[in-house]
Amino acid sequence: MGDLTRLTASALAEKLASGEVSSVQATKAHLDRIAAVDPDVHAFLHVASDRALETAAGVDARRAAGEKLGPLAGVPIAIKDVLCTYDMPSTSGSKILDGWVPPYDATVVRKLREADLVPLGKTNMDEFAMGSSTEHSAFGPTHNPWDLERIPGGSGGGSAAAVASFEAPLALGSDTGGSIRQPAAVTGSVGVKPTYGGVSRYGAIALASSLDQVGPVSRSVLDAALLHDVIAGHDPLDSTSLTEQWPSMTDAARQGLKDDALKGVRVGVVKEISGRGDGFQPGVKQRFDETVQLLTAAGAEIVEVSAPSFEYAVAAYYLILPAEASSNLARFDSVRFGLRVTPQSGPVTSERVMAATRDAGFGLEVKRRIILGTYALSAGYYDAYYGSAQKVRTLIQRDFAAAFDKADVLISPAAPTTAFKLGEKIDDPLAMYLNDVTTIPANLAGVPGLALPVGLAPEDGLPVGVQIMAPARADARLYTVGAALERLLEAGWGHPLLSRAPALAETEMFASEEGAV
Amino acid sequence: MAKDALMDYDKALELFEPVLGFEVHVELNTTTKMFCGCANEFGSGANTNTCPTCLGLPGGLPQVNHKAIESSIRIGLALGCDIAESSRFARKQYFYPDTSKNFQTSQYDDPIAHDGQVTVELEDGRQVTVLIERAHMEEDAGKLTHAGATGRIQGADYSLVDYNRGGVPLVEIVTRLIEGTEADAPEVGRAYVAHIRELVKALGVSNARMEEGNVRCDANISLRPRGSGLLGTRTETKNVNSLRSVERAVRYEIQRQAAILADGGTITQETRHWHEDTGTTSAGRPKSDADDYRYFPEPDLVPVAPSREWVEELRSTLPEPPAERRTRLRSAWGFTALEMQDVVNADLLDVVEATVAAGAPPAAARKWWTGEIARVANARGVAATTLASPAHVSELVALVESGDLTDRLARQVLEGVIDGEGSPSQVVETRGLKVVSDDGALIAAIDTALAAQPDVLAKIRDGKVQAAGAVIGAVMKAMKGQADAARVRELVLERAAQ
Amino acid sequence: MPDISADQVRHLADLARIDLSDAELTSLTAELAQIVESVAKVSEVATPDVPATSHPIPMTNVFREDVEVPGLTVEQALSGAPDREGDFFRVPPILGEEA
Repeated sequence: MGDLTRLTASALAEKLASGEVSSVQATKAHLDRIAAVDPDVHAFLHVASDRALETAAGVDARRAAGEKLGPLAGVPIAIKDVLCTYDMPSTSGSKILDGWVPPYDATVVRKLREADLVPLGKTNMDEFAMGSSTEHSAFGPTHNPWDLERIPGGSGGGSAAAVASFEAPLALGSDTGGSIRQPAAVTGSVGVKPTYGGVSRYGAIALASSLDQVGPVSRSVLDAALLHDVIAGHDPLDSTSLTEQWPSMTDAARQGLKDDALKGVRVGVVKEISGRGDGFQPGVKQRFDETVQLLTAAGAEIVEVSAPSFEYAVAAYYLILPAEASSNLARFDSVRFGLRVTPQSGPVTSERVMAATRDAGFGLEVKRRIILGTYALSAGYYDAYYGSAQKVRTLIQRDFAAAFDKADVLISPAAPTTAFKLGEKIDDPLAMYLNDVTTIPANLAGVPGLALPVGLAPEDGLPVGVQIMAPARADARLYTVGAALERLLEAGWGHPLLSRAPALAETEMFASEEGAV
Repeated sequence: MAKDALMDYDKALELFEPVLGFEVHVELNTTTKMFCGCANEFGSGANTNTCPTCLGLPGGLPQVNHKAIESSIRIGLALGCDIAESSRFARKQYFYPDTSKNFQTSQYDDPIAHDGQVTVELEDGRQVTVLIERAHMEEDAGKLTHAGATGRIQGADYSLVDYNRGGVPLVEIVTRLIEGTEADAPEVGRAYVAHIRELVKALGVSNARMEEGNVRCDANISLRPRGSGLLGTRTETKNVNSLRSVERAVRYEIQRQAAILADGGTITQETRHWHEDTGTTSAGRPKSDADDYRYFPEPDLVPVAPSREWVEELRSTLPEPPAERRTRLRSAWGFTALEMQDVVNADLLDVVEATVAAGAPPAAARKWWTGEIARVANARGVAATTLASPAHVSELVALVESGDLTDRLARQVLEGVIDGEGSPSQVVETRGLKVVSDDGALIAAIDTALAAQPDVLAKIRDGKVQAAGAVIGAVMKAMKGQADAARVRELVLERAAQ
Repeated sequence: MPDISADQVRHLADLARIDLSDAELTSLTAELAQIVESVAKVSEVATPDVPATSHPIPMTNVFREDVEVPGLTVEQALSGAPDREGDFFRVPPILGEEA
């Protein structure tokens, strides 16, 4: 049978479909792996062992009964804790939601269940998805499987680390400014932020409504496409959900596996985020340049494009995000759900209980951004801050439009550096914010982006990722170009990049207990 | 609570000009809430109509109710407003336990309707134009119950929250400043709110019951010294929820503010609470920078951009404006202003119109509906329209006109109709209530009565005609009331003379 | 750009209903000033001729029909309540007044 945890989701799905492997076996293998390595990695906040095995057994029974099942039926998956699940706590990495079990499923979770994937548990994240390292999780950081002393990226470091450490073949993430793509870059995994509106946000605990997007996390481009096809599509419960019929991302990815898939594709290198500026690590720049050369050699046409407004993207983002977040997080008030803290002294009134709860329940980064957002929206400052940031958004959209006139897809490093050390930037919010310099523009404009690993930085031996971006609604292009590039790279290496990750020490412990780990 | 000093009303008007403004909230009668598919219903068990969206659970998202948009546009059109080509929702942010998201989804910069005007009619028929600044859409809050000795918020031990009403669609109608009303200010306020209530009822977009909070009024009132062009500081009196209260609250604030200003004091810009029982207002929260609502465009919703075709289609569904309709009917029916007011105030215009259409003379239709039927309805605590149909009333009127029924008999027939015994002619049949028009039977009864009361007969013969009353009474009694008293009187005098 | 004072941060925290400790107030005041300084550059390019974008993908008129759909049961609605009485959410007394 081999080690089932090392298989890609598509390979595992084939074995499940052929009956070579049962979903219970696959699920058990991943639960064992979680039990063995998660004490060190801490990718999971909750593991639903019993329920996962039960779900897997149900899928096996239906398959045995001859029922026609979806392409990912029986494949285990990890779910970022930002997504509401009616049968597992959903904390968004915050103490204020510790233990909260929502009375409903997020639309994407419902779709996973309907497609018969097997939820393994919930993954760690920066509190309310605010961060680039998972160090802002109220439940302790996740560790990068390439080097446990380093960050796995954020906010979706748990989902990225789960797939990178073979605890799950697939995971769901959410990306507001890079929370899927930057963790993918620093863990050597694949992550996609779909076009804004391509995937429902209903039941995703909101960070910034106009930026948030749920997307797939995996170890291969094809796997991401398979998962994308499961979760995408119109949802009447999300008023910003796009109504179009999406083409099959799986087909698009398979298209990329053909020879000459890249021939004549116009690939735009965005001058402003191509690694030349300050803050880009030399190894990142080097691997990025090599990737561009590889694309050229494969017949792609490289064009340089300029996006002058990208310089203002991080600034605009750190006004729009806190503004929306300050409002979205107002509902955490100790009335209907979550933590309630009574002030230690003085009168016990609703007002004081709310204020005490929010002080005790929110971490420092969350408070920082709520205060910043409150400031940006307050009387007398709105036009200068929030209003101006919305205008920058227009300028960034115009830059994208101009760039996509010249290029079919754009390419940039997915993160300016490789994984940094835990604790290194925790006290420097501004430095932390710059981790998303290459990913933020896509969120501001709503365009899709895919991150995939392109090698290890020579100076530290850690993964480097590139980001491919396409025009809004053209997510399929990401999968074709991404799969083609992945194929070229792996042909060169002779194996997937993640097979070079150091083996993790396996703890002698088995995941029989359901619950938090 | 300290008692406010009040200036004599006429004196206050000599010194100051009142300036008014109103914010009226209209609760729409849609099937579901503004932003989710939960039922919009009054009186269900606590927290039975909730979902992740209206309960403000993490992950909940709003979806706009199409019908609510239509109703809002129709209200805007009926107010003579322009309908925005693009309108947006915005979040109004403040923390309060009845507001599940701790922001109210409302509209700020781009309301659905703006710049309209309405003409309201005072009791004596004079008309006043009120300019409308805007009408915007928003959601209602949940309901708080305060537990403690007083049942009020002050001094409560704790409070209970029911989110059933949270998210119910509201349209807020905001006037421009209303100036020049002088001593009529209270009546103008009342007439304006009555006008809005009547209008949304005619549109069918709201149940329009003020006592259930379907129409709620906040009254802004300020005074300026006569002749000065400056606006005074205003107060906002909240939740004035009956027409009579609007009138009283405006009057009270004019008298209160006048007393303060005449005494050299200043008016505090604040919200004030209206107390129905005492007919007074009391100070609420002063306006301050705590009112920084941090409005911003609702990122979870997209703009509403009604096409001109849609707007015109909705315009074509508007009913005749109530005021125009009243004027038309009043002149057609020949009612006085006061008679018309009675009908309108009792909410009987529709049935009177239908009764007239069914053939009854307008005066008789009015008399029955605002008289006997309204009296029974009041006594039973139900709406008059539930007791009888226009067809029945019209038939009843015809029976009286033809002389088949006296008024008194007609009331008995109506009683039968109300008790579900069928149409007036069926009741006449089954109860045997027809007027006895056979003079022979009457004369026999009269002769018997006269013979029984010889003293009365003597008095009549002496010319004391009023004495006939005793005989008439006896005859009517003998006939079980089924006689025309006027005819009986004629015959009594005739027989006595013989 | 305006300086940010501790009083101002205190006021913002009141608006946001967060009972900050003095230490948090001090550190946040300094950090906020620094962050605001770096994000204020948006106004350099936000000229009056540039329209604002609030939605990344422009859409209009997304409506739901006025048809009731089942929501939560009372027990589901109250399942996360920190405190309840019967079918109501229960909260400590409210200092403010009726809105």
